[in-house]
Amino acid sequence: MSVNTEPTGPEVPVVAGPAGEAQAPAPPAEVGVVRPAPGGGSVASVMQTRRRWEFIYFAVRNKKLMIGLGVEAVFVFIAIFGPAIAPYASSKTFGPGLHPSLNHPFGTTYPFGQDVFSQWLGGVRDSYLVGVLGAVSAGVIGLAVGFAAGWRGGWLDELLQLLTNVVVCLPQLVLLIVITAYQTNRSALFEGVFIGVTGWPWVARAVRAQTFTLKARDFVDLARLSGRRATSIVLKDIAPNMASYIFLVFVLLFASSMLVAVNFDFLGLGPTGTMSIGDMMNLANQWSALQLHVWWWFLPPGAAMTLMVVALLITNVGLDEVFNPKLRQQ
Amino acid sequence: MSVKIDNLQIYYTTLRGEVKAVDGVTFSIGDGEIMGLAGESGCGKSTLGNGLIYLEGRMRHAGGHVTLDGKELPIGDAKAMEQHRLRSVSIIPQYAMSALNPTRKIGRMTADLLKSRGVDYKSVLEEFRRRVALVGLPADVLERYPFELSGGMRQRATMVISTLLNPSLLIGDEVTSALDVSTQRAVGEMFMEFRDRGYVKSTIVITHDLSILAQIADTILIMYAGKLAEKADAQTIVNNPLHPYTQQLLASLPEVGLRYDEAPLVGIPGRPPSLLDPPKGCRFRDRCPVAFEQCTAEPPFVELHPGHQVACWKAIQDAQSFNEEPAAQGAGR
Amino acid sequence: MRRYFFKKIVTYIVTFFVATTIDWAIPHLMPGNPVEIYLGRFNISSNTQYLALQKTISEAFGVNVPLWRQYLDFWNGVLHWNFGVSFYATAPVTHVIAQAVPYTLALLIPAIVLSYVLGNRIGAMAARRKVLDNVVLPIGYLFQAAPFAWLALALSYFLAVRLRWFPPSLGSDPGIGVGWNWAFIWSAIRHWFLPFLSVFLVSFGGWAIGMRNLVIYELETDYARYLRSLGASQRLVRRYAYRNAVLPQLSGLALALGVVVGGNIVTEVVFQYPGLGHLIFLAISDEDFFLLQGIFLFIIIGVLVANFIIDIAYVLIDPRTRLSMTGATA
Repeated sequence: MSVNTEPTGPEVPVVAGPAGEAQAPAPPAEVGVVRPAPGGGSVASVMQTRRRWEFIYFAVRNKKLMIGLGVEAVFVFIAIFGPAIAPYASSKTFGPGLHPSLNHPFGTTYPFGQDVFSQWLGGVRDSYLVGVLGAVSAGVIGLAVGFAAGWRGGWLDELLQLLTNVVVCLPQLVLLIVITAYQTNRSALFEGVFIGVTGWPWVARAVRAQTFTLKARDFVDLARLSGRRATSIVLKDIAPNMASYIFLVFVLLFASSMLVAVNFDFLGLGPTGTMSIGDMMNLANQWSALQLHVWWWFLPPGAAMTLMVVALLITNVGLDEVFNPKLRQQ
Repeated sequence: MSVKIDNLQIYYTTLRGEVKAVDGVTFSIGDGEIMGLAGESGCGKSTLGNGLIYLEGRMRHAGGHVTLDGKELPIGDAKAMEQHRLRSVSIIPQYAMSALNPTRKIGRMTADLLKSRGVDYKSVLEEFRRRVALVGLPADVLERYPFELSGGMRQRATMVISTLLNPSLLIGDEVTSALDVSTQRAVGEMFMEFRDRGYVKSTIVITHDLSILAQIADTILIMYAGKLAEKADAQTIVNNPLHPYTQQLLASLPEVGLRYDEAPLVGIPGRPPSLLDPPKGCRFRDRCPVAFEQCTAEPPFVELHPGHQVACWKAIQDAQSFNEEPAAQGAGR
Repeated sequence: MRRYFFKKIVTYIVTFFVATTIDWAIPHLMPGNPVEIYLGRFNISSNTQYLALQKTISEAFGVNVPLWRQYLDFWNGVLHWNFGVSFYATAPVTHVIAQAVPYTLALLIPAIVLSYVLGNRIGAMAARRKVLDNVVLPIGYLFQAAPFAWLALALSYFLAVRLRWFPPSLGSDPGIGVGWNWAFIWSAIRHWFLPFLSVFLVSFGGWAIGMRNLVIYELETDYARYLRSLGASQRLVRRYAYRNAVLPQLSGLALALGVVVGGNIVTEVVFQYPGLGHLIFLAISDEDFFLLQGIFLFIIIGVLVANFIIDIAYVLIDPRTRLSMTGATA
């Protein structure tokens, strides 16, 4: 694409006669369709690579994105290798309620005497696991419902909107409490998927709106006129145009799923047999860590969780600025 | 001459450097003149038009002067510029169909706008109503929200609001782009109507569409890559263009009365140069079929015939050698 | 407008129906018989005694009739505002709930309203002042990202346990009887403040950041650009931007209700604040199923009522919902 001097976004760089340009910033696919490119047929693919380049160019210069991703990378490292580099086994006990020291960076629990740092290293993994499960399941459901509603419209749209609005009205945590209260054996998979199954409505709403606007664009009409099947258009034309948006949605879902899981674990309703960050705070609270001033049992784990989520939120803003040229100027 | 633009430069700040979107342009527009401003996307026409009224955050007034009604228009000074907007310079933006606040009734929004400009809404209300009727909008439009109107109606409402205080200079930015041919003509005629009734003195109509300009513009100015390419009265540009770029631009249009299969639409091969670091010499050189050695030097924008200015060495050469009939070279078809 | 409300009310009715069905179905369809679980809590050695008690309890649970009868009976109870008897309190469930509700409302309503109003104001201010933005943005992200449980624990530890400014737990001093006297009111306010602050801060962060981003976005919209081009005052442009940004914030409020209600539960548990959240916690640990069912339905009703209030507010401020014109996108 030629250097874009227009403030409104990428335009088609060639005057196409009175057929005119689309008013909205045109997606690159249009160039190839409206006018067979004279200088080699692959304008669209050239622009694709250009775009990718531009993305990387702006991405590495975006401070928010780099800081967010940097912090997140550290935690991902911990999540993968944490249990392996943990100094002690979680069952091993020391003096109860030891203050943080070089031997025990986050001290030990009271009255059990377990090493908090080692527990925490494992907890990051458990929290991430549930976060990913929640984000993926909520994302998949939200995308499917949103696409279907936005693409088909009509009664299906009405029905799916009703479904979405009903799920919105059901308070997630309360619903989960009622459902899991009767279960004695719970897995991380159950918790993650459940968070997803109740957390998708806003994704569906947003995707539905996006699909509606994209559907109205010329290039989709062209695809449709050429007799392609709906699923093929959704997957090949609409989804790629929404790819950046979908990515942002996943980042946010990841963050919110982890937060829901913390609440959940804190109430003692998390997966049985694991020690997530929420579990640690739950135990600390139950064993009167506050009154006994064993602050190292609950402050560092929660602070780490906050940092993990802040990093995701900042990554999200940074990515948004990279994807959306309008926000770049600041 | 009510509008004089002298060596105007407007640059865009981007992360990669400054984009010289308008790079030293000089021209003037007379009272009652409708000037068409045409060129490919990214040639700087929109930047030029918008720059005359409002410099967005990334735009910078890098040099040159604008004189309106004999007084300097301080386009680089946002604060000083404020009082000129709407009163002496106004714009119908490219996005005219979405330019109105969706949650305010049109009358209320106009009242808010005028109040913030220190104009009493009541004193112009009668005129406002009259003009709303003139552009064919129903009288109750003032009591309606934008979403209650069609896109075309919103655009006409925007045209009325923009010209309500009778500005000396009106800029219409790609106003006809998203319209069908018959609506294009109607909107074009509105520009003429506004001019004839004295609502506006000078008008700049920015478009990539030369066929609409041929119908409504008195003069046409062609821009290429941040520079002026050619300026003449509309008939001369359409019938006797001298700049090879203008010629190719016209060749890419289906001519009125011609059938499409007789004259297939041709784009202009190649792309405009990057304006981050524009090449020296004539900027059209790489795409020009008649380029020669001299084109490595920048061609001056000179008046070859009365009222007909061109920036092209070839055209200058032709004018010198064939002093009698330079236009014969221009008919490239 | 009629259509708008019609759709909303259909949604609410369906939601209530779904919620009631889930509420009934979970204990009935989950593995493990609630009667057995309940009986397991008593140490009954004699077999005849056990069988007799089983019969009585089965009748009390209403599980000695066919499933469809049980379902209809449940609806009958719901419609007559009768949820059975709480084992934990040995009192009617509605009675137990009624005692807890004032505490929960006292936390939730001020926290939601104040965080929404202040968050919007400060977020909008941050959108136009760089200095303020540099303060509001990080703090906002921090609060938004903090797990409810952690923020509550941290506030409790620092302001109650260490500094002793506020009591760390309960709804009032146990020594002071509940009643309309100054001693009780003062004590209740002191106990109320920290849980309120926890819920408030987390929500506040979200609103402030949301508003900041929305206002920045609104200031870039076409109508804002148009007004600026015509020399409108900054004040007017900002006023319009604020007004229009409030709309998505308000629909966001409906989305956020479930999260706040969930966060409130966790916060009440940390502070042992005698609201519905704490009651849920007790119901879970006591396996007090009737109480759990009752609280769940009660919270659903509360959320639906709140949603309805938001709907009315939305109609009042967004003209697009008032007029059912073609081209309306609401």
